[in-house]
Parts: sequence; structure tokens; C-alpha cells
Amino acid sequence: MRPDLEAATTRYLRARARFGPLEILFWVIAFSTIWLLPTRHLILTETVIWGLFALSLDLILGYAGIISLGHAAFFGVGAYAAGLLAKYEIVNEPTVALAASALAAAVVGFATSFLVLRGSDLTRLMVTLGVSLVCFELANRYGDITGGADGLQGVTIAPIFGMWRFDMFGHTAYIYCLVVLFIMFMLARRIVNSPFGLSLKAIKGNPLRSSAVGIAVNWRLVAVYTLSAAYAGVAGGLLAQTQAFASLSMLSLERSADALLILIIGGTGYLYGGIFGALIYRLLQDYLSDLTARYWQFWIGLLLVAIVIIGRERIGGWIAPVVRVASQLGRRAPPAKAAEPEKGG
Amino acid sequence: MMTILFDGVAYGMLLFVLACGLSVTLGLMNFVNLAHGSFAMAGGYITVIVVNRLGVPFWGGLVLAFVLTAIIGAVLERTLYVHVYAKSHLDQVLFTIGLVFMSVAGVDYLMGSSQQFVQIPAVLQGQFDVFGVGVGRYRLLIIAVCGFLTLALQFILIGTRFGSRLRAAVDDQRVARGLGINVGAVFGLTFAVGSGLAGLGGALGAEILGLDPTFPLKYMIYFLIVVTVGGTSSITGPFLASILLGIADVAGKYYFPSLGAFVIYTIMIVVLIWRPQGLFARATAR
Repeated sequence: MRPDLEAATTRYLRARARFGPLEILFWVIAFSTIWLLPTRHLILTETVIWGLFALSLDLILGYAGIISLGHAAFFGVGAYAAGLLAKYEIVNEPTVALAASALAAAVVGFATSFLVLRGSDLTRLMVTLGVSLVCFELANRYGDITGGADGLQGVTIAPIFGMWRFDMFGHTAYIYCLVVLFIMFMLARRIVNSPFGLSLKAIKGNPLRSSAVGIAVNWRLVAVYTLSAAYAGVAGGLLAQTQAFASLSMLSLERSADALLILIIGGTGYLYGGIFGALIYRLLQDYLSDLTARYWQFWIGLLLVAIVIIGRERIGGWIAPVVRVASQLGRRAPPAKAAEPEKGG
Repeated sequence: MMTILFDGVAYGMLLFVLACGLSVTLGLMNFVNLAHGSFAMAGGYITVIVVNRLGVPFWGGLVLAFVLTAIIGAVLERTLYVHVYAKSHLDQVLFTIGLVFMSVAGVDYLMGSSQQFVQIPAVLQGQFDVFGVGVGRYRLLIIAVCGFLTLALQFILIGTRFGSRLRAAVDDQRVARGLGINVGAVFGLTFAVGSGLAGLGGALGAEILGLDPTFPLKYMIYFLIVVTVGGTSSITGPFLASILLGIADVAGKYYFPSLGAFVIYTIMIVVLIWRPQGLFARATAR
């Protein structure tokens, strides 16, 4: 590679990865809720977990363009892994158990990733849906291990690092989830801004051309699918640990559909979409449940229909440009001119 | 053994009538309609209302289920679906899942969440023996009705002008349009008939499949299996796929009750990996 080109590329990648003031502000606000909203920690914990789950879906949908209707499979695998490890006291340390959740989900994700390589959107949709249904049936079938329809009960989670006990107000749980989300988010941010992340976007744009310029399309997809499964597994593990419970509903189609909905509300392809979506979704859910307790799903459905009819780009996309503009304002030097044209793609 | 086969065939035929509309939607417009089950549910509830509450005879209920669901389908197609055809698959999935959520909650609100039963006339209840094989009267009716519909559909597709237009549009939309076929109108009509058939299937199937607000979610996967395994290029593919699925499901539930639907899902994944275009599809250039 020509040295000047290499320098320009590096500059471009650095510029992409730089933190904007809005991003820093976001995380400052997120962490300040620990002290500012102590009464809301239970709800916020749930929001954080939803956000992480939607983030995992964003990795494959927003960056690699894989539509999945069965992402709850990995969420559920992670949840059961964390729940079982704690219940039978195999791994007492929650953080280690969480890593095990990620690993378990990643193994399932890796094994099934080869199934989504082939075929059209519809085939992928069916295969991911099928995989999650098989996981659901397995969990149902081996009820003596998973607790079947009653869920996994009698789980006690040990204190984190032997020091911080999970309290009933959810303070520990919230801080724990928020820290995990932060770490996972920064990792994901690093990954999608790397050459690997850019190659994924290229694959999403046009798989054939990407392979022509020398990107190993299939292996990249396998890698990102596995990664995304691990993220979903962590989200599931967090839910099981904070609720001390795992159930079949964590593997269900509704859960996959919810994750998709959350991501769509927040917008795909810029990582924050999952978190914003989770916040909006949670607020909507609260508001609509007050309005019509049993039938709030109707309004969620209406919302989905409205989003599609009006146009996803117009609704979900409004946040991304704001973030982009704001982060560009914060940059001291303008980004390298040579790299500008690439932005369009 | 023969009874299981018989029940399986009846179940499969029912699945075919329920799903054939979906196979056309997918094949013709390449549109992923996850809300197909909602139309079936609509048909079921229409029958329940008109037969149980208004005292319309069962046959009349079936006809009304077909007609009213077809009208609902046509109206929705013209007002909502047309805006989504050109959008991405993701948008189509979101849109139709939204419709499913709305229909599930809406029916729950209007009719309650408990399971509904259609009062079927006494003539159709019970079973009789044919050479030692127990044949349920109601299932025999299903086979008769669905078999007739299948033949009628096959005739319409192969023997009529409308059928050849439809096939032409499925094969190549652009060329069909160039030849002066109004693809939108053909599709609108087909969508309405497909929805109507789903409604009829839902009405007939209320007895066997059970009818409650979660119906569209519960059976969505079955319809999709029929279509994806059977392929979208003919109606014989989905027909054979439905019969196979019906027999496999009934036999599976009878012989290996503990496995549940596990076998079906696994077979589906294997078939999709092995032949992404469907088990009975001919190779297409697309």
C-alpha cells in the first residue's frame, strides 16, 4: 500500500472512532442516573439489558445486514447458562458466570452461523426463527434441567467479587448492568470502527463486490454472527442474574420481535440505536400499560405499522445525523479530505 | 396407523388451504407476509360469531368466512400493503409483525382470550368405520372441501386466462407488465382470494387447530414451512409439502409426544440448507 494512502486510511479510521462531545455527555448522564434516579433503578436495569440485547442485534442487522427473527435463542441460552451456573453453584462469581453465558451463546451462535450464510432474506428469516424454536423446544423438553414452563427457580446469585450483594432495590444490579453495558459498548464501538467493521458494511452493501475486493465474506459473517450471539448471551445472563430467574419466555419469538422493534425505534447501524430504542420502548410500555393494561401490544403493533408506512429512514434516522453533526462539531481538525468520498457508501 | 395417516392428510389439506395464499404472495410479489395467520384467525372468529351468535347455519358460516375475509384482505391490500411492496424485507417483516400484534390484541379485546368453539352440526360429529379404519366425519369433510378447492385452484391456474396471467406475473413481473398484464390488479385479486382461503381454512380448522387470539403467532411458522419447503413456483409444491408436514406432525405427536414440534423444525432447517429454493421448486434463474 502506498504510504500516503495508508496514512490517509489510518487518519480516516481514527476520525471515525473519535469520541464526540454528545457521546461523552450521553455516558455522563447514563452514569449520573445511579445517584439521580435511585428509585427507578429496577426499571433502568431492565432498560439497560434490553439496550444491550438490541445492540447485539444491531451488530448483525445494522452492520452486516442479516435479518434475524430468532435472536432470542442466544439471549435465552445466555440466561439459562447464568441461571444454571448459579443454581448449582458451579460458578459463584457473577462476572465469571457472565463470561460463561457469553461463551455458551457464542458456541451456539458459531454453530448456527453457517446456516445463515446461504440463501435469501426469507431463508435466513426462517432459519433463525427455526433455530430459536428448536432451542425453545429443547428447553421445554429437558424440563428437569431448565424447569420447563415453570422457569428456573431457586437461583441465588452470589455477591459480585464477593463484596457487593444484590439488594432488593436493584441498586447493585443497576450499577453492575450499566458497567457491563459500558464495557460491551466500548468494545463494540472499537470493533465496528475497525477495518473489520468497515468490511461488514461493505458486505451489507454488496456481498459480491466485497468478495471481489478480497473480503472473505463468509468468514466475516460467521465472525460477526458469533460475536452478536455472545452479546445477546451477556444480555440474557444479566437478566437471569438480576432477576435470579430464567424462563422459557426468554427464548420466545415475542422476545426476538421485541428486540427487533426496539432496534428499529432507535435506528440501526450506529450502536446507540438499541439503547435509545430501549428507553423509548420502556417509556411507551409504561405509558400504554397505564392506558390499557392488557392490550398495550396493540399500540406497539400500530407503532410498527406506522413506522414502516411513514418510512423507517425518516423516523429511526433522525438521531443518527444529529449525533454525527454534533460529533463533527467537536473535532478539532476536519477529517482527511482523501477519505471523504468513502462516507457515502 | 391408517387413522393417523387419515388425520395427517386432513391436517395437511387444511394447512394447504391456509397457506396457499401466502405462497402466491411470496412468489408473486416477493413479499414476506407474516400476518397471513391473522386472516385465518379472522375467518375463524367470523364463523364463531355468525354461527354461534347469529344462528347462521354452519355452511353459511364457511361461505361468509371466505367472503368477509377476502374483503378484509382486499381492503388492507389496497390501503396498506401496496405501500410496503417496494420496501426491504426487513420493513415487510416489521410491518406484518405489527399487524399480527394488532390483530392478536384486538381480538383479545373484542372476544376475550379464551378458546372459541364453532358449533358444528350433528351430522358432522363422531366417526364411522371403513374397513376397520376410524374415519372422523368432520375430517372427511375437511378432506372433501380442501381437495375440491385444490382441484379448483389447479384448474384456475392451468386452465383459465387469469391463471396464465398470474403465472406469467410470477415468472417475470417486468415482462408480464410489458405484455400489458395489469400485475397490480392480478395481485390484488389473488391476495384477496388467498386471504379468503385462509379465512375459510381458519373457519374449518377452528375445531382441529384450536382458535384463540394467539393463533397467528402459533401457526405462522407452519405456514412459512409449507411455503418455504414447497417453493413458490407452483401449487403442487406447497400442496405436497402441506400433506407431508401434516402427516409428519400428526405421526410425530402420536409416536413421539415428548419431542413436540422439535422434529418439524429440524427438518425445516435441513431442507432450507439443502435446497434454499424449496424442496419441490424447479431451478430458477432468479
